[in-house]
Amino acid sequence: MTENYFFEKFLEQFEESDLSQITIDSEFRSIEEWSSMMALVIIAMVDEEFGITITGDDIRKSVTIRDVYNVVAARKTAV
Amino acid sequence: MNDFPFSLEQKTILVTGASSGIGRATAIAISRLKGNVILTGRSEKRLNETLNQMDKGEHQIICADFSSNNVLNLICQSISGKINGIVHSAGILKTLPFKFSNIDVLRELMKINFEVPFLLSQSLLKSKLISNESSIVFVSSLSGSGKIAPGISIYAASKGAINASVKVMALELAKNKIRVNSVCPGMVNTNLNTNNPNLTNEDLKKDEKLTYPLGYGEPEDVANYITFLLSDASKWVTGANIIMDGGATIH
Ligand SMILES: NC(=O)c1ccc[n+]([C@@H]2O[C@H](COP(=O)([O-])OP(=O)(O)OC[C@H]3O[C@@H](n4cnc5c(N)ncnc54)[C@H](OP(=O)(O)O)[C@@H]3O)[C@@H](O)[C@H]2O)c1
Repeated sequence: MTENYFFEKFLEQFEESDLSQITIDSEFRSIEEWSSMMALVIIAMVDEEFGITITGDDIRKSVTIRDVYNVVAARKTAV
Repeated sequence: MNDFPFSLEQKTILVTGASSGIGRATAIAISRLKGNVILTGRSEKRLNETLNQMDKGEHQIICADFSSNNVLNLICQSISGKINGIVHSAGILKTLPFKFSNIDVLRELMKINFEVPFLLSQSLLKSKLISNESSIVFVSSLSGSGKIAPGISIYAASKGAINASVKVMALELAKNKIRVNSVCPGMVNTNLNTNNPNLTNEDLKKDEKLTYPLGYGEPEDVANYITFLLSDASKWVTGANIIMDGGATIH
């Protein structure tokens, strides 16, 4: 899993927002479409795509997309 | 009939999921009303914890895993005399956006929440282990009655299947005066929610405040309603999907 690939997959989950200004260091809650449902979507995407379980709390504690990436990366190496 | 129709004296009730949450509270409540309970669940330790909180009676523990193939035989063969009711409380929740649904989770939830409870009732009936005038109660969910939240398409389907079949069972078993109902609780404070890794405490607190005029329920709130459904006091109630939700669906 590269940082870039994760970032791509993360953005792929959004369907209606203008993502042109979003970088991996952006705050994901600033994306218009963000909602508690999107948290579930990201959790499910990480599980399906990377085989890693993250929790609602992991998302809650994260601010930027990179924060979420770091949780996934840490868990990926721990496996 | 009993002088005090709310009593469960001389009734033996099978309670699944008796090791935790609503099932545990129900087993305890039945014992307070002088009923006997056959407790089942996977964890012998937690079933014994329930037993320790119950009033004395002729109770029995059967350890059984709903995901194993011989669970129906195991339970039926462990029951020696006729029973007077069943409370189906064993169940699991997995939240998953519809777009990420998959066959494994679909099969797992349908099996534990619908297939086994449905077939267990059928097996017990066919083995003539359910007396006439018994009461069968399924612990369904508000989501089985159309009040839903995102991420629970599979869970809601498993509960909807219960709510639909309850009515047919009730119709067919009326000639034996066997009553079949479901209770459809909104959010109740149990491990089902607090241990759900996808939900944060903050999410739950916010939802409770916004949606529940009386707040989330306690397992006892559901258990007390179930004991009414098990008793002769509810002898005219059958085929109902009974909503209890602290006012969540008033709006
Ligand atoms: N809490 C709520 O907000 C809520 C709302 C509406 C409906 N409900 C329904 O209420 C019922 C009880 O849930 P709860 O809230 O009391 O949750 P809980 O505290 O997690 O209890 C679930 C019970 O199900 C049993 N169980 C789970 N998987 C099993 C398996 N494979 N084989 C046998 N038993 C199994 C567990 O026993 P072991 O751990 O011993 O296996 C436990 O006793 C469920 O059907 C749930 O869908 C709950």
